[in-house]
Amino acid sequence: MVNPNVQGKKYPATDPYLVGREKIREFAHAVKSTNAMNLDVFAAQAAGYTDVIAPPTFAVVIQERSLATVLADPEAEIDFSRVVHGDQRFIHARPIVAGDELVSELEVASVKSLGAHSMVTFETKIYDVSKELVCTVISTLVVRGDE
Amino acid sequence: MNHINIASLEVGQVIGNTEFLLTRDSLVRYAGASGDFNQIHYRDDVAAAVGLPGVLAHGMLTMGAAVQVAVDWVGNSGAIVDYQVRFTKPVIVDPVNGAVLVVTGKVGEIDAENKIVRIDLEAVFEDTKVLGKAQARVQL
Repeated sequence: MVNPNVQGKKYPATDPYLVGREKIREFAHAVKSTNAMNLDVFAAQAAGYTDVIAPPTFAVVIQERSLATVLADPEAEIDFSRVVHGDQRFIHARPIVAGDELVSELEVASVKSLGAHSMVTFETKIYDVSKELVCTVISTLVVRGDE
Repeated sequence: MNHINIASLEVGQVIGNTEFLLTRDSLVRYAGASGDFNQIHYRDDVAAAVGLPGVLAHGMLTMGAAVQVAVDWVGNSGAIVDYQVRFTKPVIVDPVNGAVLVVTGKVGEIDAENKIVRIDLEAVFEDTKVLGKAQARVQL
């Protein structure tokens, strides 16, 4: 069971993550994107971006860094081997662009029990170096309890 | 910024349909690109030990591939301002044949004032929907 007392707990901002152009291309290929905005600098610049932009789900890479902190937090009592991904959402204030330096701040939005299982929802806010919000990531993990 | 005339859209209209072949290679590639090295996504013995019917695709790979139908329609991944899914069924990836994911996008809602269209995505593996409430909001 996830410790219900971590509801509302906030974790400190992660170290800045520098988004690389080749990382975006690598991620784009992995999710089967053929969109020129993710791959072609000239096409992205013609559309008004400074460089290639990341696919819509790339923010998971940034969020993952905060999530790792929570999973390693003994107070949260989350057994990763029992975790199933329930749902995921990305709300973009703007696309992530190559060259961005991003930090993420995670809050445990809710912890709920569902029989023997726990459902824990995280809200992660991703900011750029000028502290502008880039993306809000909401994830729910289901932690299976003993049947 | 794009070629779509919002006034010409109708709720229920199909905007695209794409077949994605997810192989074990796809899973390894996604693991490397995303940093998610959970072994249930590439080791049969580990998948079996935790009671799974086989190696599963990362839910985030399914999510990331499915939205490409909306991205291809609008032509710019930056137009996807909000995207959510619920993971309802696993995608089991055969070591030889992989798994075929069929994704269909339909217009779910039209907000003409804010020029935002909700695209509802249906992702099917072996006749079963694997994503629930898969919705991408596209800024036109």
